[in-house]
Order: sequence, then C-alpha cells, then structure tokens
Amino acid sequence: MALTHKATVMDEKGIMQALRRIAHEIIECNKGTEDVVLVGIRKRGVPLAGRLQAYLNEIEGSSIPLGILDITLYRDDLTQRQDQPEVHTTDVPFDLNKKHVVVVDDVLYTGRTIRAALDALIDLGRPATIQLAVLVDRGHRELPIRADYVGKNVPTSRSERVDVNVKEIDGEDRVDILEEKQE
Amino acid sequence: MQTLRRKDILGLEEMSAEEITLILDTARSMREIIQRKIKKVPTLRGRSMINLFYEPSTRTKASFELAQKYMSSDPISVGGSSSSLVKGETLKDTVRNLEMMNIDCVVMRHPVSGSAHYLARNVDISVINAGDGMHEHPTQGLLDMFTILDKKGRLEELKVVIVGDIRHSRVARSNIWGLQKMGAEVVVAGPPTLMPPDLEVFGVKYSPQIEDAIGDADVVMALRLQKERQEGGLFPTLREYAELYGLSPQRVAHAKDDVLIMHPGPMNRGVEISSEVADGPRSVILEQVTSGVAVRMAILYLLLGGTKEE
Amino acid sequence: MKTLLIKGGRVIDPSRGFDAQADLLIKNGMIEAVEKGLKAPAGTEVIDAEGQVVMPGLIDMHVHLRDPGREYQEDIISGAKAAAAGGFTAVAAMANTDPVADDPAIIRYVIDRAAGAVARVHPIGALTKNLGGTEMAELARMKRFGAVAFSDDGKPVVSGTVMRNALQYAGGIDALIIAHEEDPYLFEGGMIHEGAVSSVLGLRGIPAEAEEVMLARDLMLLRAAGGGRLHIAHVSTAGSVELLRRAKAEGQNVTAEAAPHHLLLTDRAVKNSGYSTNTKVNPPLRSEYDRQALWAGLLDGTIDAIASDHAPHHGDDKDVEFDFAPFGIAGLETTLPLMLDELSSGRIKKLTLPLLVEKMSTAPARILGLDAGTLQPGSPADVTIADTNRSFVVNPETWHSKSRNTPFAGRSLSGAPVMTIVGGRVAMKEGVITEQE
Repeated sequence: MALTHKATVMDEKGIMQALRRIAHEIIECNKGTEDVVLVGIRKRGVPLAGRLQAYLNEIEGSSIPLGILDITLYRDDLTQRQDQPEVHTTDVPFDLNKKHVVVVDDVLYTGRTIRAALDALIDLGRPATIQLAVLVDRGHRELPIRADYVGKNVPTSRSERVDVNVKEIDGEDRVDILEEKQE
Repeated sequence: MQTLRRKDILGLEEMSAEEITLILDTARSMREIIQRKIKKVPTLRGRSMINLFYEPSTRTKASFELAQKYMSSDPISVGGSSSSLVKGETLKDTVRNLEMMNIDCVVMRHPVSGSAHYLARNVDISVINAGDGMHEHPTQGLLDMFTILDKKGRLEELKVVIVGDIRHSRVARSNIWGLQKMGAEVVVAGPPTLMPPDLEVFGVKYSPQIEDAIGDADVVMALRLQKERQEGGLFPTLREYAELYGLSPQRVAHAKDDVLIMHPGPMNRGVEISSEVADGPRSVILEQVTSGVAVRMAILYLLLGGTKEE
Repeated sequence: MKTLLIKGGRVIDPSRGFDAQADLLIKNGMIEAVEKGLKAPAGTEVIDAEGQVVMPGLIDMHVHLRDPGREYQEDIISGAKAAAAGGFTAVAAMANTDPVADDPAIIRYVIDRAAGAVARVHPIGALTKNLGGTEMAELARMKRFGAVAFSDDGKPVVSGTVMRNALQYAGGIDALIIAHEEDPYLFEGGMIHEGAVSSVLGLRGIPAEAEEVMLARDLMLLRAAGGGRLHIAHVSTAGSVELLRRAKAEGQNVTAEAAPHHLLLTDRAVKNSGYSTNTKVNPPLRSEYDRQALWAGLLDGTIDAIASDHAPHHGDDKDVEFDFAPFGIAGLETTLPLMLDELSSGRIKKLTLPLLVEKMSTAPARILGLDAGTLQPGSPADVTIADTNRSFVVNPETWHSKSRNTPFAGRSLSGAPVMTIVGGRVAMKEGVITEQE
C-alpha cells in the first residue's frame, strides 16, 4: 500500500508553540507543578514529554520528574498480530502515589494505546490523577477516552495516516497527513 | 527480527545468535517488571500452560511458574507423585489429554534425552524444554548468558570455563552452544572420564588441569556433580574430586579479580564449589536465579505473544 | 502343481557362476532346466521376465518372528508373508521367543507352524537354556528336529567358558553357532553409537569396543576349541571387519553378516530424525568410517552375507521416549529394494548384481547348510525375480509384516522384487501374496 503526502499540518514552529501552550495549560490546570510528573509513551511520546519537561522547568523554575512507559505488554492486540512488537523497558524511577501524572503521546486515535498506558501506570502505583497530553488528536475513538491537552485537532479519515516526526528520532519536527494512493 | 519464528524451544544448538539476542534483549525489559511492586503484566491473560516435571526440580519449576504468573497466564504444574507417569500412562497419552484441555504451551522436564523433541513432534502447541536428560536445558543456558551479559556488558570474546561433569550435563551443552554462538570462548575442565566422547564436536577446548584454564577466565562455571557418577566408576571419591576440581578459595585466588563464579544449582557445597567461593563477592549464583524468571518471561512472550502464521 | 516357465530374464546363479539371459523351467517344485529358448510344454504357465533379474531364492538368515510369545508384533505366518513380499524364499528365525526356542518342542512348533507359511522358515535354536548364558541347550536334539543353527542372539554369551564349551561341543556335532557380539559392561545402558552424535544428543553411547572386544574373544575361543563353525551376526564396526579379515586370513572357520541399515545409515540418522526411535537398533547405527569399512568387508569377502536382523516391534512400543523404546528395525520388506537401490545409484563401485545374489542367497544357504541358494537343475525351485528399474516409495502401511518400525519410510528406491517362488509355488506376485491352500 503506497502512501502519498497530502498535507503538512504542523511544522517546527507549530509544534513548539503547541507544546509551550500545553505546558502553560498543565500549570494552570494543576495550579503549579507541585506533584506533577510526566510520563512519555514510547516511542514518540518520550521526546515530546522531554520537551514539555524543559518548558515546565523553564516556566516554573522547578525540576519535574520524567518517566518512560513501554506499553507493549499491555496491548490488547497481541494475539491478533503476526509480528510481535519489540518489548522495551519501562523506566519510571519515581513514586507515582498521589502524583498528578501527565501521560504524553504523539497521536490520539482509537484510544487503545492510552487504555494500555492507564493499565500500565496503575500497575506502577496509585496516582492522584492521570491526565493526557497529545500533540495531535485525529479522532475516531473506539474507547471512552479524551485528551486533557491537545496540540492540534486534525480531522482525518481512517484511510489516512498521521505521521509525526520529531527531531530526536526522525531528524526534523513536522506532522504530515499521508493518504493511500489511488491507482 | 521481532519474533521467534519457531513453535518450540528445544535447545540452543538449533537456535541462531539472532534469536538468542532477541531473547536476551527482551529479558532485560522483563527484569524491570520483576523489580516492580506489582509484578504483573496482562500480556498472556487467558493463556493456560502446563508444566510437566518428570524429574524433581525446585528452582526451574518455581521460576517457570513465576514467569507464567507475572505474565498473567494460568499455569498448572504436574510432577512427582501426582503425575500420571507413575500410573503407567505414556507421555503421548498424557499430553494428548492435556491438549484437549486447550492448553497453549507445555513446559517439560524429563529424564530422557530427546523427550522434548518427541513431545514437540506429537503436539501442535508450543513446547519449552526445561531439561531433557543429558541433552539440553536451553532456558538455563539463556539465563546464564543473561547473567554474564548483565555483569560484563558483552559475551563476545569472553573466556568462559565450565568445570566438572560435562559428559552428563545438559546445562553444559546448552551453555557451550549458546555462548559460542554469541562469540564467547568456552573451555571445559574436569577429569577425562567426565568429558563427552569426541569432545571436538562441540568446538571447545579441553583443559585437564583446572588451574591452567581459570587464570585468564572471565567466567568460571561449576557444574553439579551427581554422586552416582562415583558409583559408575568415573572417579574414585568426592574427596578426591573436590581436591582436583573443586572451586576452592585458593584456586579462585589465581583467577582475575573480576571473574564471575557461577553454578546452575543445586550446589554440593564442599564438592564442586566451596562455601567461601559460592557466597563470595565474585559469585553471581543468586543473580542467576533472578535472571531465570526474566528469561523465561521473555521466552513466553516471544513464543506465545503473537499469532502463528497459518 | 503347475509347471512354470520363466522366460527371457537375466538369470544370475553365483553357485554355478552363471549370469546370462536364459529361460528357467520349473516342474514338480524343482528346477528342471536353465537354458536359452526353452519350449513351454502344454499347460505351462509362462512368466515373462524380460528386463528382469531371475535369482536363486533369497535367504534372510537373521530374522526375529516373535512366535511364540509376542504374536502382536509378528508371527510365523505374517513374517513369512513379509519375507515373500520382500523377495525372500526362506528365513532363519532367531530363538529369543517366549518361551525361548531352547527345546526340541519349540523347534518342532516353529516347523509345524511354518508348514502353513508362504516362505520357508528355518528355526535357530538357543545356544543356552532360556538364553541364560550358563547351561548349554540340547543342540544335537534340536538339530535333529530341524534347527539350522544355534544362537542366543539378542544377548551375548557373557561367560567365556560357556562359549568355549559350546564351540567345542558344536564342533563335534557339526553345528553352527551364531554369535551376538556385545560386552555388557562396555554396553552398559547404551542407546546409540558412542561418538560425536551421542555426545551432542546426550544419549548414552555404545562404544565400538563393546562389539570388538567380544568378537576378539570369540575368535580366540574358536581357535582354542579346535573345531566348530562360528558365524558373526550383524557386524557393525570397522574394528570387527578388521578382526574378521585377519581371522579369515589365518583360515579360521568363521563367517559374518551385515545388516542393510548398518550398510546404509550412520548415527547421524538419529540426529537428523530428531531422536526417532526407528533409528534405535542394536548394534547401533555407527559412524561413516564404520559404514565404509562394512562395504569394504562385504566387497572383499570378509563379510559373507547380508541379513536384515528383522526386528519387528509394535507401534505403541516404539512410540515413546527414546530410552524407553526397544531396539530394532523391521527389514524384511526393505532389504532387497535398499540393496538394489544402492546398486543402481552407483555409490558403491564394484557392487554388482551377482555379488548381491551371492550375499543374499548363495552364501546364507552355504553357511546354514540349506539345500538352496542355487538354480542347479534338480534343486528345489526357490526363485526370486526382481525388477531393478522399478521405483517406489517405502510405505510401511502397505507392509505384510505386522510391524512398521523402519527408518527408511518415505525413501524413494529404485529396484523391487516382483515375484517370489517357493518350492515351485508362486508365493508373491507384484506385491500380492498367494496364501497357502
């Protein structure tokens, strides 16, 4: 299935602005950053969470803990996939009890990844709240899940793909919409 | 490679370095789960497994059960006097019955070499060899490699000396195949009567004198000495064996400072290894046990996590 | 009984050094004539053997028919059918039955049962009572009742004294002793040949010396006994071949046989089959070095005969873990095709059809002292006809034997028996057995 570029919906500047705005919203919503911790979902949620951490530290002058969550072992589609996803290590080196955990991911789509992330987080401790920050919300939810902080709402069709590129992994910051090529 | 394209884990001789690497990498992620307060992930929820132990085992059985439970599967262990083996039922019948119960995986420990192959041929579900006679004990080999990798950061170009009854040891065979595939050098030491015939086939060096072998070793692994080998006339007494081949403090003093001392357990303290060495600072014998759970979780995930290609 | 004329085949009769296209006339159960262009008398059934090989009936001098005692594995009737299907007109059945054939009554039982069988079954008596290895059985009385040889096969005669006495005694009554050479202490719980493969598979090894030490002893005892005839069953190692070669050069009265599985397989088969119990046999499948030595011995005359050591086992008995399975390969229905296939493959230079016939008919008849193994006019009409070009795949499900244990299942072979004639009667034609009336 060939995919062709349809549109670029965010560039480097757009991503930066969106993340900065989310940082401010997190502070506003939690009345500061006391007891706020960030957890990035592998793979692209991790660098995004790292950037949010930098913005929050810059604004608040504090040091917000950052964890990494690998949700592979919590997926609900493991028995349906031909190829198994590679398992990576979860690294949340702090106590989650009574914390306000902001889960960070790149794209919110069906909600299944977030469902798995919630299960994984709850196995690690009992947070006061769990909030969700995503760079892009593309709709088409299959579960009753919504994001607390959204960089950009991008209406898409199911046949399209949202392709998030981040400097730390892909060498550039850009969000593209790709569509299936009609032949 | 993302997954193991095989139904069964029967031995390391037939596995590639790539497959072993995948298992060891996955095991590293699994170890993090074992260190959590809530040691459970839902990955294998609803999968049932049976552990058939036709030979007594505490460590391996407990390790498999923990791994299965940490992955949220439902294991049943059968062994010893409760097994139908003692009632004269054939292995084939036992397993056919179990298969009808819709089991997803069988883990088997059996005193006869090749039993795991036999079982795997007769059932459609995955078979994990938890030790077959004198043939192989692949998960032990993997957990030993995982432990070494963890402590040394690599396996390539390490010198691993395995001391003792190589001839009758499935642990030795699995380690010999696995370590060499991963680029380590393996030297075996012990009395000639406890070496397998045509040792060259394994590609290892033989050192009759343990001192010659351990001087520049990175890892020294002692094997359990079965007392019945003495009755078989393969060496005169345990006392003489300990004197010639036991890992004593004096002997280990000649080794490198950062040498790792390993033993698959259960140990005969004072025979193949002295307590000072087993409990000493270079010993990673207890780490081996933790590694065992992580490696077995990795294998369960890799064998059962995905669908099999039809 | 019908008169038969076998026309146009290549007739090979090593007993007379005959190898030419010829016709063969069988009358009243006897060979009447072997000549070119024989005319068929009225009422003769003519068998077109053009392009086929006509041989004196093949003799498998080492089979286990399990009768009496374990008839669920095989019996004299089914074993004889398997023999006929495999191109054998006669077999010699070992004594390790239940009860053991250590008494004239059991020998008589075998002979009575064999009267209704489609191939000739010659009983071999036990050398010692109940195969116990201590007291000599009634060799002369069993011989008088029809035992063609004496053997504790399946078990070695551990005591040197017993073997020496038996050889001496047998010499006095011109009886043949067949020895199963195995030192039980060196054998000790062994499963397969001791070597690289046993080491890798973690199976207890059976060293070559387990056979050779005992063979060397028996050759010495034979010399000391100053008489007697000794035949060595299922020779499997290079060392044994060398011992026999020397003994024969010294003029010792010893003969030997090799089994097709030892000639064609090595211990690698155990590994390649993933521990298949159908590769478990005693003596075990040996190394390639041993296998080559067996062929050399066969070609230079050190090994006189090819015998299947047909050891039928029930499927359930073999369908277990390797250590728990009994030793043995059922070979009656594969031996000739395997040998013909080996011949047509050209893998063994110097292997010829006349040599095969010598090893599978002439020599066994001579060793056992049977009135067989020849197409000399006036001899009983035991004839095997084979087609060396016929290809088929070994499928034990189609066997006449009650057992299916073979490591050769699925093998494509070129060469098969097409007719077996026993005493002038067609026992097998194109794989179909004609029952006795």
